[in-house]
Amino acid sequence: MNGAQDLGGQHGFGPVRPEADEPVFHEDWERQAMALTVLMGPIGGWNIDESRAARESLPPAQYLSSSYYEIWTAGLEKLILERGLVSAAELEVGRPLQPRAPIAAALSADQVGPMLARGAPSQREPQAPARFAVGDQVRTNVMNPATHTRLPRYARGKRGMIVMVHGVHVFPDSSGVGQGENPHWLYSVRFDAHELWGPDTTASAVYVDCWEPYLEPA
Amino acid sequence: MSSTPNAAAPHGAPASPVAVRVQAIESLLVAKGYVDPAAIETLLDTYEHRIGPRNGARVVARAWTDPDFDRWLDRDATAAIASMGYTGRQGEHMVVVRNTPMVHNLVVCTLCSCYPWPVLGLPPVWYKSAPYRSRAVADPRGVLAEFGVDLPGHVEIRVWDSTAEIRYLVMPMRPAGTDGWSAEALAELVVRDAMVGTAIVSLPSGEPS
Repeated sequence: MNGAQDLGGQHGFGPVRPEADEPVFHEDWERQAMALTVLMGPIGGWNIDESRAARESLPPAQYLSSSYYEIWTAGLEKLILERGLVSAAELEVGRPLQPRAPIAAALSADQVGPMLARGAPSQREPQAPARFAVGDQVRTNVMNPATHTRLPRYARGKRGMIVMVHGVHVFPDSSGVGQGENPHWLYSVRFDAHELWGPDTTASAVYVDCWEPYLEPA
Repeated sequence: MSSTPNAAAPHGAPASPVAVRVQAIESLLVAKGYVDPAAIETLLDTYEHRIGPRNGARVVARAWTDPDFDRWLDRDATAAIASMGYTGRQGEHMVVVRNTPMVHNLVVCTLCSCYPWPVLGLPPVWYKSAPYRSRAVADPRGVLAEFGVDLPGHVEIRVWDSTAEIRYLVMPMRPAGTDGWSAEALAELVVRDAMVGTAIVSLPSGEPS
C-alpha cells in the first residue's frame, strides 16, 4: 500500500542524526514492546509480512509522528485485537475479562534461543524455472495495490537489470494479506540511479529485491 | 493525576502514555497465558548481551585473513556466516557486498527496518528513522556526509534497499597498515556502521597508517 512507510525519495525529514554509543534500547517500554512483539508472532499465528502490513496500515500522520517502537506497539495491538486474542476492554484495564483464545502455549524461556536461531527462512523449493537470468533487462510494473507490497513507489515502472537470482521466496503481497505463501522467484535488480531520480541523485545505482510478478522483460 | 498502577515511574516521574500502554499490554498478555515473563528476559538478554555488531566484525576480520572463508562468503554467505555460529532471525538469507577503491555500498530498508540481526544486532535508531530511509536511496553522499564520510567523486555508490528477506552485509576495505594483524586485532577496528556502509574502517587516530 502507498502508506507512510514507503519513504524512499521523500524530502523534508531533515538530517540523519547518528547517536554515539547508542544503547540497544532507550526506554524500558521499548524493551517490553520489542520482546512482546517477537514472542507473540509464533503463537499469535501471523507472519512477518502480516506484521509489516499491520504497521504500515497506520494512518500516515500517526506513523510519521510515532517512534519506531510506538509503531511496533500499535501494530501489536492491532494484531492481537484483530485475531481476537484480547478485547479492547481488556487492553484498557490490562487484565483478562474473557477466556484465553485457543492458541498454542506461551513460548518458554528455553524455547526462545532455538526459535531465534531457527528464524523463519522465506526460501522455498522452485516449482517452475526462473523467468529471468543475470544480465536480463527488466521493467518493474506500474501498480498501486491498496494492500501489502514490497515494491517501493520509487522503483515502479522503472527499467533495470537482473544482477542476482535469490531463489524462490514467500511472496509478501500474498502472505501479508492472509492468502498463503504463493512463493515466487526473487531477484536483485540494479537500477541506474538516474533512471529512478533523473539528475537529482548522488547515487550510482540502487538495488531492489523484486519478486517475479513485479517484473516484465524490457 | 491519573492513576497508573502498572507502569514503572522511576524517581516519582509520571510514566509516559506509551509506557503505560505497553505495560498494560504486557500485563494482559502474561495474565492471559500468551507470554511467559521468563521468555521476555531470555529474549532481551540475547539482543542486549549476546547478539550484536561484534559478531559481524568477527566475520569481516576472518574474511580479511582467511581467503577460503572470503570466497565462501561469495558463494554462500548464509552458510559461511552460520559456520561461525551466527544464524537465524533476520539473517536467514545473507549476501555480502564488497567495498573496493572504486565501489562503496550502502544498505537501507526504505519500507521498514530490515537489518541483519545475527551479525549486527538490533538496528540503531538512525537506521530506522525517516531521514535515513528517505534519503539513502537518492542522496547517499549527503547521508554519508552526515556520518563524516566523504568519498572521492569517482567512487561508484551502490545502495541496497532491503525489500525482501535477503540481508546485506557490507564488507569494508581493510585499512592500510594492518599487514600481519591477527583476526582478533582486526575485528577490534571494524565498527558497526562500516558493515552498513555509513563508515570506513580506519586505524585509531594517532597510530601510524
